[in-house]
Amino acid sequence: MVGGVLIGLASVWLLVANGRIAGVSGILHGLFAGPSGSAPGARAGDRLWRAWFIAGLVVAGIAWHAFAGPAPIRQGFGLGWVALAGLLVGFGTRMSGGCTSGHGVCGLGRLSLRSLVAVAIFMAAGMAAAFVVRHPLGLPS
Amino acid sequence: MIAYASAFGAGLVFGVGLWISGMATPRKVLDFLDVTGAWDPSLALVMAGAVGVTLAGFPAALKRHPIEKRSDLNAPLIIGATIFGIGWGIGGYCPGPALTALSNLSAEAFVFVGAMVAGGLAHRLAFD
Repeated sequence: MVGGVLIGLASVWLLVANGRIAGVSGILHGLFAGPSGSAPGARAGDRLWRAWFIAGLVVAGIAWHAFAGPAPIRQGFGLGWVALAGLLVGFGTRMSGGCTSGHGVCGLGRLSLRSLVAVAIFMAAGMAAAFVVRHPLGLPS
Repeated sequence: MIAYASAFGAGLVFGVGLWISGMATPRKVLDFLDVTGAWDPSLALVMAGAVGVTLAGFPAALKRHPIEKRSDLNAPLIIGATIFGIGWGIGGYCPGPALTALSNLSAEAFVFVGAMVAGGLAHRLAFD
């Protein structure tokens, strides 16, 4: 709950101070693939603030490890599966214009029907995929 | 300059929130998504906390910075959300947690982030 409140505060902060939606997939794609047409607030030619936001995410992890100790790293989960997952997440979030933060935290916060539908679908798809990966396939996690 | 410091600060607070909540740990995310296993519903509270804050703060913020709100439910939204969800359920990472997990220098965080960028580029090549 506390973590969620911090995520919400950071999202409100980015909107108030920078006029941007804190959708992490949109921020990342804007840096590399260019903003997708369906990303809210997507404007071209503005890479640097995106890089700084992402730097903040990474530094948060470094600070967290310094404070709380190293996080356990998953063992025995094939990197091929990791690569497949990353490709699907990158492709799908650019296609649908958002991820857990853009559609989830921000879209639901502004009562967007598109985001509500996206969240329902990616939650259901995520639950189905997690079931298949863990039970029929029996991959370690 | 201030805008960049502000974006960095937002990313920092966002990232700390991800670590506190356990979102940056794929196992915890998969324990949440796998409702048939030893289900861990705690991430629903994280989402509730985050959305509670945006619900309260966004109306005033959006008055200051109006951002277009679309309402059409089209195929890219539905198909893209399905593809994203499948990837999330396989790996246990969504974009924010994957980026902040680069800090633990694990091979899987770097492979995931590289593949995620490649996936976005593949979408641009295919559809833009």
